[in-house]
Amino acid sequence: MIEIKGLTKKYGQFKALDNLNLTLSEGTVFGFVGANGAGKSTTFLILATLLQPTAGDVLIDGVNIRKNPEAVRKMIGYMPDFFGVYDQLKADEYLDFYGASYGIPEAERQKLIPQLLELVNLSHKRHAYVDLLSRGMKQRLCLARSLIHDPKVLILDEPASGLDPRARVEMRDILKTLKNMGKTILISSHILPELAEMCDEIGVIDNGRLIAHGSVAEIQDKLRGERVITVRLVGQLDSAIAFFEEDPYVLNIEKLDADDGIRFSYKGTEEDQIILLKRAIMNNIPILSFMEHVTNLEDVFMEITKGAD
Amino acid sequence: MKMNFNNPVLFKELKLRFRSPKSFIGILFYLIAMCIFVFGFIFATMTMSGTSYFRPSESFILFGLLAFIQLGLVLFITPGLTAGAISSEREKQTLSILLTTSQSSFQIITGKLSSSIAFLLLLIVAGLPIYSLVFLFGGISPLDFVKVFFFLFVTLLAIGSVGVMFSTLIRRTIVSMIATYGTMLFLSVVTGFIFLIVLQMTAFNHMGTGTPSPSMLGHIIASINPAILFASLLSQGMGDSISEMTQVKFPIWIGYLIFYLSLTVISLFIAVKKLRVNMKRSK
Repeated sequence: MIEIKGLTKKYGQFKALDNLNLTLSEGTVFGFVGANGAGKSTTFLILATLLQPTAGDVLIDGVNIRKNPEAVRKMIGYMPDFFGVYDQLKADEYLDFYGASYGIPEAERQKLIPQLLELVNLSHKRHAYVDLLSRGMKQRLCLARSLIHDPKVLILDEPASGLDPRARVEMRDILKTLKNMGKTILISSHILPELAEMCDEIGVIDNGRLIAHGSVAEIQDKLRGERVITVRLVGQLDSAIAFFEEDPYVLNIEKLDADDGIRFSYKGTEEDQIILLKRAIMNNIPILSFMEHVTNLEDVFMEITKGAD
Repeated sequence: MKMNFNNPVLFKELKLRFRSPKSFIGILFYLIAMCIFVFGFIFATMTMSGTSYFRPSESFILFGLLAFIQLGLVLFITPGLTAGAISSEREKQTLSILLTTSQSSFQIITGKLSSSIAFLLLLIVAGLPIYSLVFLFGGISPLDFVKVFFFLFVTLLAIGSVGVMFSTLIRRTIVSMIATYGTMLFLSVVTGFIFLIVLQMTAFNHMGTGTPSPSMLGHIIASINPAILFASLLSQGMGDSISEMTQVKFPIWIGYLIFYLSLTVISLFIAVKKLRVNMKRSK
């Protein structure tokens, strides 16, 4: 469905995108992860035919965006990270304007608008001025707007940014519905656990380069390296430290802030980890809990953006 | 470029414009000002002449003054209405979304321009009942009336197109407005000064020869000045004396039409070409 080949964007000497290659099949929900300025929005702007690439090509459903941007516009629904609305229009008029802009006949628009408003839970605001809607409602209205021409591909740049937790949950639920409708969705977000939950594939971009691409589990494994284990104890802190120090796979032992346990890095296999726990219990170490710190997408994000401004 | 009369941008703009009370207040104050001027002029003329009637010749002067007021209105309001057409969408962060729709660039640009022109035409049409007063007293033919309105329309179309062009090329509305007002001032004021200077220089160069030589540059500059055109429309003698001064027998109104229609076409062409990025490979 989407094929990005050698995509490069330069601003003078600065490379915002550096030879980006990516292929996504139909119905995929792809999450773009990266620090601010990593190149996510630049990629999305090029896909939305709003920015000319310096080099490379993008094909959406076989159509080259360079050769036929008009055809591409009919296939994509784009929601920018920052957008404005026409404050003096009502919610249904707003959708009607964009429907007309896509050449949808009026009779069809009149059927579509209530359906879209229902999809984004805004039926009750149909006749409300856009100006009076909350930020979360405006985001949802903009999402409905991007769906008015039934696009095959949705490009959503930070759709949940600036939303309160409730609005984020609502946005996430709508995106799940769209995923079930079989849309190919490209989404960038800093709300990483949400991406992990709904994305089939994740791409990690840093300094314009795609440094990792795969399923959420694959990315986590790839970037995980050493495990971090937290052991909470009921007393005998020093004897526990002495015990764990003897294990060759245990590194960097440190006491917890509350002085009720220790934390260390572990580079052994999962089998080694099981043996270590058994040995600790047999040596009467008073373990209250033995917990591996699960590396989530947030950690991956922090890891890859380490040192970035 | 496909002309589509079902222009969503035009309908949206009209809806937004007339939903705001500012438009109606603007029309109200414009009409009040026109009424004060017309009735004030009639009253002052009758008082000064000591008669209780208004002569056809005085009616023609009133018509001429109204035509110049309308011209001033077009020259000063059009940049304000059009110079933010695209840049304000950019500033309000609605342009990127608009550009990802399937509307052509031509449709978007003409929609924006048409909505501004429609408002100006409404202002002019709303003033027609006041204009019609001059017909009551005679002295003006319907042809004079049609000529003035036709050239007003040509002028507002050209200035409006320049405004939309600057609005497309320049990111900030304020800068775009300055550029459009600058262009308008150049066309309406600076050309007048240049015309006088060119005439003086031509006369100076041929001092003592006895025969004035033709000044094509002077005639061209005179042809693009709206005030000179309106003066020549209202007074045939004015057109003849310009031709005498420049020694060029080409009607000013034709030169004006060619220049302003070309300006409109070129400005719209640039605006349409520059609205969206060119996705094709850079050479």
